[in-house]
Amino acid sequence: MKELDRKLFRDLWKMKGQVLAIALVIVSGVSAFVMLISTMNSLNLTRDRFYKDYRFAEVFASLKRAPENIKDRISDIPGVDQVETRVVADVKLDIEDFPEPVTARIVSVPDTGNPLLNRLYIRKGRIVDPFKDNEVVVSEGFAEAHGFSPGDTFAAVINGKWKKLTIVGIALSPEFIIQSRPGALSPDYKRYAILWMGRDALGTAYDMKGAFNDISLTISPDVNANDVLAQLDNLLERYGGLGSYTRENQISHRFLTEEFRQLQRSSEIFPAIFIAVAAFLLNVVVSRTISTQREQIAALKAFGYSNLDVGIHYIKMVIAVVLIGVAGGIALGVWLGKGLGMIYMEFYRFPYFIYELRPSVVIIVMFITIASAVAGTLYSVRKAVKLSPAEAMRPEPPALYRKMFIERTVLWRLLSHPTHIIIRNITRRPAKSFLSVTGIALACAIMLAATFSSDAVDIMVNVQFKLSQKEDMTATFVEPTSRRAANELKGIRGIEHVEGFRSVPVRLSFMNRSYRTSIDGVNPDNKLRFLLDTNLETVHLPPEGLVLTDYLGDILGIRPGDILTVEVLEGSRPVLHVPVVGLVKQYIGLSGYMDIAALNRIMREGDAISGTYFTVDSLYQTEIYRKLVDMPGVSGAIVRKDEIKNFYETQAEFFLFFTFVASILAGTIAFGVVYNTARIALAERGHELASLRVLGYTRAEISYILLGELGMLTISAIPLGFLIGRGICAYIARALGSDLFRIPVVLEPATYSLAAAVVVASACLSGLIVRHRLDRLDLVAVLKIKE
Amino acid sequence: MAEEKSVQSENGKNTVFKVKSLTKVYDMGEVKVHALRGVDLELYSGELVVLLGPSGSGKSTLLNILGGLDTATDGQVIYRGKDLTRATEQELTEYRRFHVGFVFQFYNLIPSLTARENVGVVTEIAKRPMKPEDALSIVGLGDRLDHFPAQLSGGEQQRIAIARAIAKNPEVLLCDEPTGALDSATGIVVLEALEQVNRKLGTTTVIITHNADIAGMADRVVHLSSGLISEIISNTVKKSPWELHW
Repeated sequence: MKELDRKLFRDLWKMKGQVLAIALVIVSGVSAFVMLISTMNSLNLTRDRFYKDYRFAEVFASLKRAPENIKDRISDIPGVDQVETRVVADVKLDIEDFPEPVTARIVSVPDTGNPLLNRLYIRKGRIVDPFKDNEVVVSEGFAEAHGFSPGDTFAAVINGKWKKLTIVGIALSPEFIIQSRPGALSPDYKRYAILWMGRDALGTAYDMKGAFNDISLTISPDVNANDVLAQLDNLLERYGGLGSYTRENQISHRFLTEEFRQLQRSSEIFPAIFIAVAAFLLNVVVSRTISTQREQIAALKAFGYSNLDVGIHYIKMVIAVVLIGVAGGIALGVWLGKGLGMIYMEFYRFPYFIYELRPSVVIIVMFITIASAVAGTLYSVRKAVKLSPAEAMRPEPPALYRKMFIERTVLWRLLSHPTHIIIRNITRRPAKSFLSVTGIALACAIMLAATFSSDAVDIMVNVQFKLSQKEDMTATFVEPTSRRAANELKGIRGIEHVEGFRSVPVRLSFMNRSYRTSIDGVNPDNKLRFLLDTNLETVHLPPEGLVLTDYLGDILGIRPGDILTVEVLEGSRPVLHVPVVGLVKQYIGLSGYMDIAALNRIMREGDAISGTYFTVDSLYQTEIYRKLVDMPGVSGAIVRKDEIKNFYETQAEFFLFFTFVASILAGTIAFGVVYNTARIALAERGHELASLRVLGYTRAEISYILLGELGMLTISAIPLGFLIGRGICAYIARALGSDLFRIPVVLEPATYSLAAAVVVASACLSGLIVRHRLDRLDLVAVLKIKE
Repeated sequence: MAEEKSVQSENGKNTVFKVKSLTKVYDMGEVKVHALRGVDLELYSGELVVLLGPSGSGKSTLLNILGGLDTATDGQVIYRGKDLTRATEQELTEYRRFHVGFVFQFYNLIPSLTARENVGVVTEIAKRPMKPEDALSIVGLGDRLDHFPAQLSGGEQQRIAIARAIAKNPEVLLCDEPTGALDSATGIVVLEALEQVNRKLGTTTVIITHNADIAGMADRVVHLSSGLISEIISNTVKKSPWELHW
């Protein structure tokens, strides 16, 4: 079929504009797919490699204090492989030229050097000398944020004592890939650090010589982790164990898993839309091409080409277009995937990034794209070859127009004839018009879906920090303290209003479900913390019983009125039965709330608080920070404003990247659909429009007929796009929501406007190109073509 | 179409087509159009037949059915002993591929292919084809091999179509208004090409026209009107195309 292949090639060349438009849409779909999947695979691979090479532990537990010889008893638990004890402490840092509160977690390094588990990847410098109490290795993120190199110094308040520390090395650990303070919104490398110090030195500072307060271990693959956890908890109970947990609940791993899950979901949603649109466009263009080639097909069949020959010819054409798109898409996807990987690398602290594009991904994407495109075009091809040659050679009968209801109204008579033509063209083939509208609407929807997350984040932050948590700062105490500590804070100049709170780590269980979190006790009449119902109205905290975040209620399958089992994970570790009295709305985090008096009552602890919320006069902020660093009872302080600012900073890059990529992709789709619709309309109406020109219509007037139709399709596509987009957003929000945060589906007018603007701009661009062609319409040639 | 028998008719001529009570009704939704109302006809090997009749007389329908491009509503078309009206889709494809050459009023060339390639489209799939260049030489276009249809005049395009039709060495050549889109001088050049093919290759040739002047070059002239054969005239003296005027 040499000659037919030549025809194929030349036909494609002649339609290059349209081919390009379709190929671009396929490029969009394929590159989105390749980008998301390859980034996800690469991150997974990188993570797994890092975990394996640097021996990330599988079970973790914190406790108050246990003698070192307990380690042997832990090793004896069936299924336990390797055990490493550590001393871990949370400290405040004092960094010159950075007056804001900085907290850090210090983790001990065994006297023998690099740990057995959770090994350190030393990026710069060296590991600490275990016996030197002034040497630390710092996490890379923290070092970068402050421009630290080995040799630099800063100070820390270690067990109440101010101490100058020298950085000897910069390291990464599989334990802190996401380096996030417990309870924080996002990693904050400026205000939260991980430090590693010699076991001997740290043990001495915390009176942990020959003892430990943290343990990590690996277990054999064939053993049930829950059994190990139960025995470990049992063993550690009298040493103040806070409950052991697996990687699943390890904070860095949790965040990573959530992020990967989101990436996975995104890679399922977006490419599907793109590929569907591409298949749809191909279908439209191929069916159009086939109808312009009616006579050629008839002639080929008259010469003795079989239906199969003709069918294969057009299928080849489709595959050629798809392959162009797939090749471009893979190339672009790899490039974007590497870019996205690099952005993630700033967020995740891996020592290296292994980019991987699996051959299976390429095969899958080719298969999906070709299969959907071929399926999309098969119908038109079948229709084309089914015509008997004699029938195919007769010109298509003139289209049947019917009068519509609207034509009997007065309004109809007010419209011009060109407008009549527009309306009739649209309504005559409702299915086709609907398909065009759907295609454009999908572009609009993609745009919405890609940009709504920034609205969602605004709302999450707004609800969390403007409506619910109104304090400027939080200070936490080293241990639960009497309420008098709050009064001490009140005496500091610049601190205005202080509210104490109690936070108790717990495991909540109902039926066979359980969840680890904390119960926050607050004053019901406090002025800084508010609970909100689903309408974001303030809810009063009842004097007795527990109020849960609604999502936590769902996880536990519990409703108000049910009795919840509360296993306290500190102190005497009582197990309590507390009624759930209400559910509240909260987008970030999950916890339980109680009247602080009721909480203290059931904890039998008197009037204890874990920390305070307070408002400050910003004039005295730096001074307040200083004072807090000097207070030995205060283990750390958080400034809300900084936290929000940091959250936006870390998220901004992602949003920019996604919004940018999505705008381009959505624009491509909008352009692809509108341009193809326009070219097809031009091909179908060229004769009619040229005839009108011959009859004396101006270029502007005939442009109005063609572009007016496109305009009308585009305008009607936008509301539909909003509707579909909202649906996709709701789906994404549901799919991506987790116990870390829930995504509200609220779209701002600006987001709608942006989506509409991108669609309209793409439509205008394709309109301009078609207009250019209309202006060059060859009147004589068009009229010579037989009808 | 394996069975190819020479069918001798009563007058001793070798019959290629035998058409019996052929009818064709087009169902146009609300109306039924009777294009053929029972046509009986025999066509003989090597003869040049002109089908003459006004628009709507059924001549194109008859030609399309003869060429396996369309199906009959009733009646029979026997080609070399084989009933075309009962042939399967695949048999019809083979019939068209190996036995019939078509020339259409509007040439039906593939615009994206050159003259040579347009002929090549057919020679590629034929059993004993000529070289495309030879076929084009026969119609006097040996020097236009690499021109695209858009670069050629109407007459030249039609002659490519003829070259394409004869390149497979078909048994029959069916031409639907081959000069319909051409002026008279160009038309005569095309007719000359057809006449030459008929004379040199002995291809049974059927030409449809509504132009009575062309009838002069035929062996027999079949007049059709309203779906029926009204008259068949045998020319005792055939004119050369250049003797024709219109």
